[in-house]
Amino acid sequence: MKISGTLTSIFLGHVPLLTMFLLITQFSVAQSDANMISQTCKQTPYYNLCVSCLSSDPRSFKADVRGLALIMVNIVKAKATMSLHFINQLIQRRPGLKKPLSYCADNYDAILTADIPEAVEALQKGDPKFAQDGANDAANEADLCEANFHGKSPLTKFNKVVHDTSATASAIVQQLL
Amino acid sequence: MADPNPFLPISQPLHPTDTSLPDGSHRPPSKKLLLGVFSGLFLVFLFLALINDQKGSQQSIHSQEDENVASLASSKESAKPEILRPISRGVSAGVSEKASLISSGSESSTDQYPWNNSMLSWQRTAFHFQPEKNWMNDPNGPLYYKGWYHFFYQYNPHAAVWGDIVWGHAVSRDLIHWLHLPLAMLANQWYDQNGVWTGSATILPDGNVVMLYTGSTNESVQVQNLAYPADPNDPLLLEWTKYSGNPVLVPPPGIGTKDFRDPTTAWYTSEGKWRISIGSKVGKSGIALIYDTEDFINYKLQPQALHGVPGTGMWECVDFYPVSRKGEHGLDTSDDGPEVKHVVKASLDDDKHDYFALGTYDELNNTWTPDNPEIDVGIGLRYDYGIFYASKTFYDQNKGRRVLWGWIGESDSEVADVKKGWASLQGIPRTVSLDAKTGSNLLQWPVEEVESLRLRSSEFDKVEVKPGSVVPLDLDAATQLDIVAEFELDKKVLRNTAESNEEFSCRTSKGAAHRNALGPFGLLVLADDSLAEHTPVYFYVTKGSNGTLKTFFCTDQSRSSAANDVNKQIYGNFVPVLEGEKFTLRILVDHSIIESFAQGGRTTITSRVYPTRAIYGSARLFLFNNAIEANVTASLKIWQMNTAFIRPYPNIR
Repeated sequence: MKISGTLTSIFLGHVPLLTMFLLITQFSVAQSDANMISQTCKQTPYYNLCVSCLSSDPRSFKADVRGLALIMVNIVKAKATMSLHFINQLIQRRPGLKKPLSYCADNYDAILTADIPEAVEALQKGDPKFAQDGANDAANEADLCEANFHGKSPLTKFNKVVHDTSATASAIVQQLL
Repeated sequence: MADPNPFLPISQPLHPTDTSLPDGSHRPPSKKLLLGVFSGLFLVFLFLALINDQKGSQQSIHSQEDENVASLASSKESAKPEILRPISRGVSAGVSEKASLISSGSESSTDQYPWNNSMLSWQRTAFHFQPEKNWMNDPNGPLYYKGWYHFFYQYNPHAAVWGDIVWGHAVSRDLIHWLHLPLAMLANQWYDQNGVWTGSATILPDGNVVMLYTGSTNESVQVQNLAYPADPNDPLLLEWTKYSGNPVLVPPPGIGTKDFRDPTTAWYTSEGKWRISIGSKVGKSGIALIYDTEDFINYKLQPQALHGVPGTGMWECVDFYPVSRKGEHGLDTSDDGPEVKHVVKASLDDDKHDYFALGTYDELNNTWTPDNPEIDVGIGLRYDYGIFYASKTFYDQNKGRRVLWGWIGESDSEVADVKKGWASLQGIPRTVSLDAKTGSNLLQWPVEEVESLRLRSSEFDKVEVKPGSVVPLDLDAATQLDIVAEFELDKKVLRNTAESNEEFSCRTSKGAAHRNALGPFGLLVLADDSLAEHTPVYFYVTKGSNGTLKTFFCTDQSRSSAANDVNKQIYGNFVPVLEGEKFTLRILVDHSIIESFAQGGRTTITSRVYPTRAIYGSARLFLFNNAIEANVTASLKIWQMNTAFIRPYPNIR
């Protein structure tokens, strides 16, 4: 009884120690994951965008560079989907812009049906250079869409975010090559 | 008596003999106290170890950081819109606006280019290997077997972009007229479920074929697998069997699971073993690993890599082969001897170009030493200065030559690829040999069988092209051509031209508009009548100190198309022109591909162009000379090229 009592008190006494241990290690783990995101984003052209995009996805805190690339590609996909949705609505409301808008719909369709699947598959299957092709092309498609409007684009915000996130994804993939 | 308090603040160092208690009183150390203290110590050590580990992983991330920030899509940047009007430059009164070369660049429409079916379908080639539709990339396992040339390739059966990769297959009697066969290998095993990737064939002395290829497993690990013909008596090698014990190689310790691919053809050593190489990287150094085997099933990793070059990144599609010093004929992959040099080649993942270097192979010690370390693999010569990647040679025992295949990707947008339903070509197979005259170059030349496509020819003898002028060449058509040309520069001007310090590079120059006293001069390929679209292929000569001439060979895509979503870079490199040699070039034009060879193949450039006007019957060919002073005399022979009628093998499934 006496011995078990002592052992118990030793273990119990360690609980606060353990708790502090766990808290501190978690803190340092979180610090170093934030560092991973920061180091990865430092090698991309839009640092703040990169950090805020990646930080907004909880999976990024446990991800390696390849995981971060996949997260970024997913973000491009989400932004491109939103853009295409908006374009399709605009086509109804602005008949005068039908021609450039329908070109843009083609651009975004290509991003969603070709570039993104190619990038995802390349990252998952381990041949990242094809992911870079897909990301680079996505940025180009956004630029081409914007250029259609000769400066009077109703899609500038969308095109810019798709361009910038694609460029970011490309730069993250570059780190895998 | 109060229990000893084992709870100690973490920041304080622990001493096993420390027996002071919070209340300041002392007690002799007891067993229970020691137990408590030791377990506390243990926890602290755990904690410290964890901290160090975090630091360690941060450091390894740091070491990956020495990369340049990726520049976006440099190969696909659209050209800035520029002024349309030709500005006549240089030569004075006599030269009219029409005759003088358009200089600084045409206006490419800033509107998204509305590609129509007519323009897109024109892009398909007549005599270059391509599947009927969808995406292709690396050449795989080329070989000659029982009367047929076999060609396999990375193929996506579902889309015009990379993905779902399997092995396509085709056969030919002559490396030119290809017949498509059913897919050779599918992604149907766990060890190649995520991709049946690149590999090479080895022909054994008894005539049997073994194929080694990379599989991306169901967990995306890169492994090497063995396959062989299901029926060696079938000359078409339709069916392939994968060895039941695959994979035969997995990434060794110290090599990343995604940095281990593209096994080479094996060569036979004097110790009676077969030897293969597999490209990889360690840190930022690309390397070629070596394995020995006797049965292609069990392998021994050699302690030393064949070669490696710091800073070059991952080496894909490594190739290693002998060339004869005398240059004439090809050598079997296992050949060796004093009259033999060895080529090491790698495809650099980092910049998507194929590099090679010449050197000496010491088979006994299994080391290869470059002739000139300053132009080592990955930092020196390229096979081709345009689009040419993942290339692979094989020894053609039928004709005793070494033949080079190269993957030619697209340089338009993926939207266009998806619209037209296909992407990528293979270059016309080239013979490769050592340039016996310089000793430091390889010569590449289209296989002679391509000449069987030549139809009627036009000859132009000693045409004088004055400075700043363009000469139309009267041809029936200009989209499928084999052009052989030689040029001579005005000797007097050559002698009297002042020396210059110009540091020239095709890529950073103004293209064909970049003039000096002696050039550029060459041909305008896939041009329309108004020259709004044209692709110059040309020489640019500079006179450096001591009067030494330096010649560059370039292809200028900046005006190749009115569309704004195609690559408009200028490709090219230095080309050695020896004393007494004329400037010679050969160009194969086949719709959207232009393959150019200077000085018998010392420097080559493959370009993909996508004109919108210079297509079908509107395509033209011109001679041009944009030099400021020198006359150029050109002699050419130009053949119309027939189609190769590449199609499915009749009556096969």
